[in-house]
Amino acid sequence: MINWRVILSISRTHLLTRIKQTAIAALGVTFGIGTFIILVSFMTGLNGLLDGLILDRTPHVHIYNEIKPSEKQPVDLYEKIKNSFTKVRSIKPKLTQRKIHNALPLMDQLNNDSRVKGAIPQLQAQMFYISGSIELGGNLVGIDVLEEVRLFNFGQYVVKGSPEALDNLDNGILIGAGVAKKMSLDVGNTVQISTVRGDLFPLKIVGIYQSGLAELDNVQSFANLKTTQRILGEPRNYFTDINVKLHDIEDAVPMAKQIEKQFDLTAVDIKTANAQFETGTSIRNLITYAVSITLLIVAGFGIYNILNMLIYEKMNDIAILKATGFSGRDVKYIFISQAILIGLVGGILGLLIGYGISVVIDNLPFETEALPTIKTFPVNYNPGYYIIGITFAMVSTFLAGYLPARKAQKIDPVEIIRGQ
Amino acid sequence: MGIENILEAREINKYFREPVLFHVLKDISFGIKNGEFVSIMGKSGCGKSTLLYILSTMDTDYEGELFLNGKKITGKHHEDLAKIRNQNIGFVFQFHYLLSEFTVLENVMLPAKKLGLKSLQEIEHDAMEKLKLLHIDDQAKKLASRISGGQKQRVAIARALINDPAIIMGDEPTGNLDSHNSENVMDIFKALAQERNLSLLIVTHDTDFAEKTDRIIEMGDGRILSS
Repeated sequence: MINWRVILSISRTHLLTRIKQTAIAALGVTFGIGTFIILVSFMTGLNGLLDGLILDRTPHVHIYNEIKPSEKQPVDLYEKIKNSFTKVRSIKPKLTQRKIHNALPLMDQLNNDSRVKGAIPQLQAQMFYISGSIELGGNLVGIDVLEEVRLFNFGQYVVKGSPEALDNLDNGILIGAGVAKKMSLDVGNTVQISTVRGDLFPLKIVGIYQSGLAELDNVQSFANLKTTQRILGEPRNYFTDINVKLHDIEDAVPMAKQIEKQFDLTAVDIKTANAQFETGTSIRNLITYAVSITLLIVAGFGIYNILNMLIYEKMNDIAILKATGFSGRDVKYIFISQAILIGLVGGILGLLIGYGISVVIDNLPFETEALPTIKTFPVNYNPGYYIIGITFAMVSTFLAGYLPARKAQKIDPVEIIRGQ
Repeated sequence: MGIENILEAREINKYFREPVLFHVLKDISFGIKNGEFVSIMGKSGCGKSTLLYILSTMDTDYEGELFLNGKKITGKHHEDLAKIRNQNIGFVFQFHYLLSEFTVLENVMLPAKKLGLKSLQEIEHDAMEKLKLLHIDDQAKKLASRISGGQKQRVAIARALINDPAIIMGDEPTGNLDSHNSENVMDIFKALAQERNLSLLIVTHDTDFAEKTDRIIEMGDGRILSS
């Protein structure tokens, strides 16, 4: 039977009568936990921002018909020279259309697949923006705008006007911010575009699109899929890309392989497309945890040191407690509870300070051309990190307190009483 | 010998192993009756303190058997021994051994809180009673480090009494006190033995002190010479 009330009252007295040392030990923990919270909130906030910037609008599987040379050239099919050395010069790409063949059955299959959150077609076309006698090269992408908003956060990048306006207006266009600036255009103006074949179309600007990637904003504009098909003079089943978003990103690799095999198309999964990006994320996480753990270990050594000294100072007290009937286990708990109290108080203070500084960082202005939707530094307030922080504080202080406390448990009172 | 013996030792042998093997206690057997005031005398190094620490259950490294209230306590686990000590044995040492960061009252209350049989109010009331008995109740709220040596020793006695133990043991409880305080402590012990039927076992080499006790056990060279 352990009488916790007595043990805690003793450890409280020990802590309060040496408040300076207690405060220093607790501040060590506070510093470690606070830094951990700030680092992890800021780092994961930044990761989340970059994820949003690149991963959110990157399709999990991107399907298109790549223009490339046939893998088997006619000479390879010729049986008689099968075992001899052949050399083909000046290989040309295979003559084919850019559109996805058999697109509608493929769309049906994708949209009926339970792993798929949504699959939407795109039509990418080369064209020119006409401004008087000047022609600017550019891209027009025909999209299903409401689906793009739902699946790829498209709305976040429309800095002026709205994506819904594009859906409402048949001959509307969301123009790239770079293009708009070059041609002094704004929402409500009309822009003339010319297809590669030379047909002219006037489109009404319903919004301005800014991705943050200048090379994209300088060329790219968006229109309705139907409008784009009409401009190009192509039928309803003509589109060049299908973007798939999955429920679980892990399904991307097998799915891309399956589609390539089944439909003879090129399918790129997100992992292949953004391999280096994921490496960056995991390295940032690694740095965050390495720094935090180092700080907490230092704090742990501080606690170990202080408790060790306390036990040497308290040899007499330990002997009296044992002589008057406190068992070795009671004495051990007295010192462990002191370590845990230091960890708890220091840890909670660390969480509060970490949260406070995170709020300050969250409100610092952070405006950059590249990220039009970001006004302040990104901070992640995931409560999971606060739980990790306090758990780590408790575990490390427990370990730091355990060794000195076990020493106190083993102290022989007779030796101390006789030693006087 | 039998149940009327509060404390009984049978054939206690003890060796110090370091620095060299040394036979400290040789075949010690004796008993202390209920309400008896016994003193152990002997020259320095004759093993009287060593014997006391074995009797107190704090030292478990010995041969022989020890009985408290007729029950064998030799070979029990040290957690159980701590409990037995808490409930049945009160200690008074040569040095005052109070917890200096706690108040006088808290020092006295601590063993009772550990025992946990009574409510906090009852314990506080009991502690004040014991302090009154020893005429230091006016110091109750002071820190233990702020009172004089004689007062400290009386607080230590009050602490030894708090759980109404079967026996009080003392290792030269007057050794560090002047004659006035020493006499005071002696009177307190005598009164406790007579009025409360408490057994006392006191190690001393103060002859005046020992002569006032009921029985003197004289030790020499690790043996009982006379008792």
